[in-house]
Amino acid sequence: MAHLTEERVLELKAIARKLRVDILEMITKAASGHTGGSLSIADLITLLYFEEMHIDPANPKMADRDRLVLSKGHAAPAMYAALAEKGYFDKEELNHLRQAGHMLQGHPDMKHTPGVDMTTGSLGQGISAACGMALASKMDHASWRVYAILGDGELEEGQVWEAAMYAAHYKLDHLTAFVDNNGLQIDGPVSEVMSPLPIGEKFKAFGWHVISVNGHDMSALHDAIEEAHSVSGQPTVIVMKTVKGKGVKETENQVGWHGKAPSPEQCVQFVKEVEEAE
Amino acid sequence: MAKATREAYGETLKELGAQIPEIVVLDADLSASTKTAVFAKAFPDRFFDTGIAEGNMMSVAAGLAASGKIPFASTFAVFGAGRAYEQIRNSICYPNLNVKVAVTHAGLTVGEDGATHQMLEDIALMRALPNMTVVVPADAAETAQVIRWAASYQGPVYIRMGRAKVEDVISPDAEFVPGKSTTLADGSDVTIMACGIMTQQALQAAKMLAEEGISARVINMSSIKPIDEAAIVKAAKETGAIVTCEEHTVMGGLGSAVAEVVVRHCPVPMAMVGTEDVFGQSGKASEVLKVYGLTPEHIALEAKKLVEAK
Repeated sequence: MAHLTEERVLELKAIARKLRVDILEMITKAASGHTGGSLSIADLITLLYFEEMHIDPANPKMADRDRLVLSKGHAAPAMYAALAEKGYFDKEELNHLRQAGHMLQGHPDMKHTPGVDMTTGSLGQGISAACGMALASKMDHASWRVYAILGDGELEEGQVWEAAMYAAHYKLDHLTAFVDNNGLQIDGPVSEVMSPLPIGEKFKAFGWHVISVNGHDMSALHDAIEEAHSVSGQPTVIVMKTVKGKGVKETENQVGWHGKAPSPEQCVQFVKEVEEAE
Repeated sequence: MAKATREAYGETLKELGAQIPEIVVLDADLSASTKTAVFAKAFPDRFFDTGIAEGNMMSVAAGLAASGKIPFASTFAVFGAGRAYEQIRNSICYPNLNVKVAVTHAGLTVGEDGATHQMLEDIALMRALPNMTVVVPADAAETAQVIRWAASYQGPVYIRMGRAKVEDVISPDAEFVPGKSTTLADGSDVTIMACGIMTQQALQAAKMLAEEGISARVINMSSIKPIDEAAIVKAAKETGAIVTCEEHTVMGGLGSAVAEVVVRHCPVPMAMVGTEDVFGQSGKASEVLKVYGLTPEHIALEAKKLVEAK
């Protein structure tokens, strides 16, 4: 297994900081959007788009590209920041998130946004669509892979477990799912609202290969993805321990920041904090 | 010859499977009843049972379609359009993906299983979804024509089929064209528009009316969305009265679709034969149809009332 070099980790961290700044600024301009869950997956999104996935921004529909399904579609700002940074569309679009007449919808829309592989937003459906894609790749004996990102609150949707059963039954080893286990959902801690815990054990019982990892550790996340690629005959889930609102002290682990936008003043302060971080 | 539409579905899938390698068939543990088992036997590596998990099946179908496959997802109408409504809406119709939702056992003629299985509001639900085409074939021959067309069309299609056998009413040489109706009998006093099993009933009703000296036009409206506006306007102008018949509630189905055109373009008196604001019940298919008035006698009575009121 090839590990990331220290130099590469630093580069990726710098990109993640950029994405966090874009996330904060686009949500502030929209005065609407999901700050907490976008920041918690910023490191994973960076790693996938800038290190792992076989993609071509100049050819977003390339047949043998890897696919990413953001099953927790409300974290769209993180995906939009990465797509813009990769050059799928002009960064200027980020100024018009959630605005009528513009392409960046509140939740990912594959028909309007280049680089979005699946329309999501209704929780639980993205992971099933990712199963369909992985099945297609397998049927065609293709090499492209499918990644799906789920929230921990999303695991309360029964459809996630229909899909979990399905992926293991059809041995979808082209599929790697990530659970953004930041521990919070709109109504409070997931353990209090409707506990999906323990997450890894549940997926294991459904027939998945399970890896637990710190979702903000680029090297560990990279190694987990490499391990997932080496597994054959079963899908892999990477359960990421994450911090909701990661990168800004005021938003970290705060349930109130699930679906709240920073004020323009807060945004200036938050961006400064992100830019000055290591 | 009488044959169930679902029988024609299974046979046509198998025929198309040999011609179109992208066709993939999904079912939710009902393949013996929906007849997708016929395809599964011929193409086992392109058939995927999802188990009793219809929501997952619809979203999996969306993922397959997004990857270039042509999925046909089948179950009973109540579990497809009903249980998996929101998956059809958000995973399939909103991204306009090429999924064919082909359901069987629609309507009262499910019979003995009763109300939980008798889907009576699916046309209304599916018709309201942007990007969705809604088709209710009248017999086995038309089902084959619709399935062949659906496989070649890019976009979501809802195909509503039944459990019970239906009489042949459509020419086996016909070709299905969305938005086009078929006039099965010409007439000048009233028009009867029907879909699914009610088309054969409408033809019988027209015969009854003829015996009483009333000339009824009978139109098969298998394409509910898009609907044949020109045929509706023409019928309204030339016959001055329209009766619609469907194995579905009168709220939001074929009757409503026709009425929407009539009130906009050429208001004429209408009657709607279908179920009222009620659930179904167990019984033999023919008996249950009688309980809810889905009979040629009732259609003829409604038509006669319209003609007499002119």
